[in-house]
Amino acid sequence: MSGFMNWIEQRIPMMRVANMHAIQYPAPRNMNFWYVFGFLATIVLVNQIITGIWLTMNYVPTAEGAFASVEYIMREIDYGWIIRYMHSTGASAFFIVVYMHMFRGMIYGSYQKPRELLWVFGMFIYLALMAEAFMGYVLPWGQMSYWGAQVIVSLFGAIPVIGPDLVIWLQGDYVISGATLNRFFALHVIALPLVIVILVFLHIIALHEVGSNNPDGVAIKHKKGSLSESEKTPYKIHEYYTDKYDIADDVVPFFPHIVLKDLVAFCVFLAAFCYIMFFAPEMGGKFLEHPNFEIANPLKTPEHIFPVWYFTPFYAILKAVPDKLFGVLAMFGAIAALFAMPWIDRGRVRSWRYRCGLHKVNLLVFAVVFIFLGYLGGTPQENWKIIASQIATVLYFGFFVALFLYSKNENTKPVPARIPK
Amino acid sequence: MSDVSVDAKESAPEKGPGDNTRRRFLTVATSVVGAVGVAGAAVPFIASWNPSAKAKAAGADVEVDISGIEPGQLIRVMWRSKPVWIVRRTPEILEELKQHEANLKDPTSEAEQQPAFAKNYYRSLKEEYLVLVGICTHLGCSPTHLKNGAFEEIVEGVPDGFFCPCHGSKFDMAGRVFQNVPAPLNLVVPPYQYVDDTTMIIGSTAEEA
Repeated sequence: MSGFMNWIEQRIPMMRVANMHAIQYPAPRNMNFWYVFGFLATIVLVNQIITGIWLTMNYVPTAEGAFASVEYIMREIDYGWIIRYMHSTGASAFFIVVYMHMFRGMIYGSYQKPRELLWVFGMFIYLALMAEAFMGYVLPWGQMSYWGAQVIVSLFGAIPVIGPDLVIWLQGDYVISGATLNRFFALHVIALPLVIVILVFLHIIALHEVGSNNPDGVAIKHKKGSLSESEKTPYKIHEYYTDKYDIADDVVPFFPHIVLKDLVAFCVFLAAFCYIMFFAPEMGGKFLEHPNFEIANPLKTPEHIFPVWYFTPFYAILKAVPDKLFGVLAMFGAIAALFAMPWIDRGRVRSWRYRCGLHKVNLLVFAVVFIFLGYLGGTPQENWKIIASQIATVLYFGFFVALFLYSKNENTKPVPARIPK
Repeated sequence: MSDVSVDAKESAPEKGPGDNTRRRFLTVATSVVGAVGVAGAAVPFIASWNPSAKAKAAGADVEVDISGIEPGQLIRVMWRSKPVWIVRRTPEILEELKQHEANLKDPTSEAEQQPAFAKNYYRSLKEEYLVLVGICTHLGCSPTHLKNGAFEEIVEGVPDGFFCPCHGSKFDMAGRVFQNVPAPLNLVVPPYQYVDDTTMIIGSTAEEA
């Protein structure tokens, strides 16, 4: 057997890569539950790809056939309903774990030097994921699919000069039509999944180059020769890391320690996921909106129209600004600000554990404001919500402004040289 | 970091201090539960490849009125998107069947190409009506019905039969295959039953119903 494994290894370095990136990868030993969401996101990605492949086996990407083919999957294919609910619940689960993953990065400063590109790749994944989710939601060709597509595509019409022509070009028609549906299908099942998988690959390569951050924001890799033998980790860590650095006794190998921790999280996640999938796949109209059970009708807009929950914070920002162009700019600006986090935060202390009280308050307010914006964007328009969403929008951007200002000369606590025992 | 983690360090990575049975038990138990989970999760994906409810409805039994078939005539009905032939055999045709047995591969229908009720000399419920799936057992073409002596050009002395235009397989008027042709087996007799003297159901037998 080992002879056969050697034969393979000499031709393609499978064990070397597995050791380097999984089995003997040094992971900080103080990683807590916040560190499971990257793993969960990968699991959900696999779920989306597999269930997506199975859905395309029966889905018909035409304006005439799409809605009926989804009904066909739900009612006539053996277990078609479970495969579709795995996919639709997976879409929402994806955003839940990704939002948790991003917030983890924010509280522990995982975007700071040297992890700027890691963060930027992650943001590109988030962006691609939003496009992927939006186009996927159009495919069933229900009322929300149609009018959601109408609103999102119309956003591009706000761009001066080229806007109106750009909208027609994107639609491939003078309205959202079968042509639009067809290209969205192609992008949803081929182009964007490829982009996402490639970006995830780059995200992981970048992560393993700079190393995982941890709740204390303390470096685990030290300059070669700076640690005594007793300070170094007793575990077998891959030479790729030990050749360049002294790895402190602050790490555990990724396998089995982190993998097993992730598997526990996976079980909890799976229980919640299955509960939703079996008992509340529509989640009260939040995961699958009720107007979408009606076929697309270009002559009648549903009474209340919102995007799916994961877009509603940005939708609330769009609605808060009483100007078409500036509304669109504010919405895209809200995402662009997240991209710029590594440069907006001028501090050099990563974890909020060692940063000033204002930073903790700022992060928590940001989280609350984000959820509140999501509520505002996902419920029917009322008068008080206009002013509320304007205040929340100011607070959203205020997070970045405040961070930029106080992080320059911040009153931080001393950061330990090693992960505290 | 207290005793526990020192212990962990000594036992890490795999050279444990002595007794590993508990760990091995937990590893195996977890793996088994995981494998059961994966197998369960695979069920919907495998089962969804079966014919859907729509396909099953389309593949349901077909009712055929046979009162209008002239003696010697062949009609085609579609069952599960396949041609099914119903031939009303005249006494002369039935008589022919006995003439060429020596030239057949399986004259007594030993191979299971027919429901049990049709494993008889005429390969049918009533000898007058022959019911066959009109698809050659070689590579799936639909053979041509040659009658009233037209088949003599194919097999000397046999006036009626089926000839496959694709690769030249030959069958007699009971769907039995001749020797020295590529088709290995007699033509398939589908399950069927009579509702009354003039109505036939293709797709199920009387025992099933």
